[in-house]
Amino acid sequence: MAAGATTSGGTVSNIYKGNSAKLMLPAWAMVGFFLLAPVMMMVVYSFLTKEFRGGVIWDFTLAAYDQFFFDRGLFGDEPPSIEWTYIGIFWRSIWQAGVATIACLLIGFPTAWFIATRRPSTRSAWLFMITIPYWVNLLIRTVSMKFLIRDTGPLNEFLLWTGTVSEPLGLINTNFAVQLGLFYSYLPFMVLPIYAAVERYDFSLSEAAADLYSSIWTTLWLVILPVVKPGIVAGCILVFVPSLGAFLAPDLLGGAKTFMIGSLIEEQFKGSAGNWPFGAAASTILLSIVMAVLLIYARNQNKGSER
Amino acid sequence: MTSAEIAVDIEGVIKRYGSFTALHGVSLGICENEFFTLLGPSGCGKTTLLRCIAGFEEVSGGTIRLKGEDITGLPPHKRPVNTVFQQYALFPHMTVAENVMFGMLRSGWSKSDAAQRANQVLEMVQLGGYAARKPAQLSGGQQQRVALARALAPRPAVLLLDEPLSALDLKLRQAVRVELKSLQRETGIAFIFVTHDQEEALTMSDRIAVMSDGEVQQIGSPPEIYESPVNRFVADFIGETNLLDVDVHAVSDGMATLSLPGGHGFSCPAAAVRGAGKGHLSVRPERIALCPAGSGDLDATVTGRVYLGTDIQLHVRLTDDEAMTVRLQNSETTIVPEEGAAVGLKLEVGAARLLAD
Repeated sequence: MAAGATTSGGTVSNIYKGNSAKLMLPAWAMVGFFLLAPVMMMVVYSFLTKEFRGGVIWDFTLAAYDQFFFDRGLFGDEPPSIEWTYIGIFWRSIWQAGVATIACLLIGFPTAWFIATRRPSTRSAWLFMITIPYWVNLLIRTVSMKFLIRDTGPLNEFLLWTGTVSEPLGLINTNFAVQLGLFYSYLPFMVLPIYAAVERYDFSLSEAAADLYSSIWTTLWLVILPVVKPGIVAGCILVFVPSLGAFLAPDLLGGAKTFMIGSLIEEQFKGSAGNWPFGAAASTILLSIVMAVLLIYARNQNKGSER
Repeated sequence: MTSAEIAVDIEGVIKRYGSFTALHGVSLGICENEFFTLLGPSGCGKTTLLRCIAGFEEVSGGTIRLKGEDITGLPPHKRPVNTVFQQYALFPHMTVAENVMFGMLRSGWSKSDAAQRANQVLEMVQLGGYAARKPAQLSGGQQQRVALARALAPRPAVLLLDEPLSALDLKLRQAVRVELKSLQRETGIAFIFVTHDQEEALTMSDRIAVMSDGEVQQIGSPPEIYESPVNRFVADFIGETNLLDVDVHAVSDGMATLSLPGGHGFSCPAAAVRGAGKGHLSVRPERIALCPAGSGDLDATVTGRVYLGTDIQLHVRLTDDEAMTVRLQNSETTIVPEEGAAVGLKLEVGAARLLAD
């Protein structure tokens, strides 16, 4: 018997033992072609020199990062100063995505809770209704949102007609419009993982908490939220990460004042005005931020469960 | 019994779910320092009644008093009673100590008092060294003890137990029975224990309420319930019994005169006053003695023998084709008749009972 069989990993692993390398091949191929290769390409491009009509020249340079972080250039004659434009765009993006994530959580949690506490036969109908709008292309939905909230759109016309407001609210081209667009785009990504967690939640835990002198709100805070936390965290990541790189909502609903990372990156690759290395550098920085946040979270999780 | 001695007073409690009535006006008094069991088959309303006492179900009628105080309308977190749940319902994200301290911290104990009490209760259930573990790291038996410790820690006026032993294996269940009983003596509070297992009920309880179809059929000590069942349901549900169709001639002063299948006359205690006519006689299998054919109260033929270890179960058929079982103790002196042998059956007078139906 092989040495590996002595470590009791269960019978399943032993049955397929000889074939494990072959069976892993499709997975490795997928990861290689669709994850590692594009990311490597992105990182490499960020260190290359830009070609004027798009594309790159294979000359190593830090120019893209220099342009991102420093105003007068790190390698010029004058002392460098920080360039705040792009850092500002990043900061605004993180802020916008954060607000959208919190809004999704505040609306998504009660929604998921509502669905998960219906009778099993009606749950799938509710989930179905949540997902129907997402069969329509994101672009169409974002444009519809624009028509809905613009000054001459149905929302403002209705409010004017009822006399609730005397002039249009001026929602379009504001931070709020972008947050609303992001919220609307990614809400199901919050609802679905939380729903999965709440559906598995054992309601006798709530009874036990009530039995042990805990009011409804204390039970929510001390028992329900900690137990369904994995679903909440998954939902927040699934909303925050795509919101951070989104470009449709900021473009269509926000206008120039609310420029976000997604739009900045998109611009670098669109048409001949672009700057591929700079776009790749901005993407690399964005990826690093997201990875850092996720790693810090994962490490804290491990520490928590080791206790 | 004065009212001061009554821990929980249940008066005419009704519980309806839509058109279905789960409890048809149940009335019970549970004394201080009593191990009280609600026993019945599934769907009899015993768990519903327990949940009404805990406050998880709102009653549709009637009142529940705790130590004389009306708690009928109070939500569960305002009732000084604690529950041990069937599947324990331990908080999975908290350690054993945090689980045990939960109730105390919610009801105004100081952190140091709660920690001290948690240690004490965990010692009491023999889990002193497990305070820092998570529930998932414990065995089923240990989780059950944590649930018990968590419910006992805030010093409830009454402890409610909802079939807490049903998830344990047989050996463990038997050990925990003894521990539960001594724990109840130690803490000196009333335990209300729900079970469908009659053996559990008989071994632990001071008193048992046998329930069926949302009504209490009989309340009494284990010997009373076992030896003097008031009706067919109780006789049938608690232990094994033989129910014989008999002709009742008369009932007076609690004694019935009747004729057994086969025509022999017999007299025994009756569960209720009733007139002449057809009736059911309950006879426990272990209270029947064998004798030579023709010399007993009944004549029968042995149709089968089952070896049970401590006992031997004898299946017999009476002359009118009714089937009965007889239990003989498995000892050296017991003579077990062969299959097909004709035997006489002698009924112990005190052990047979005419049922009210």
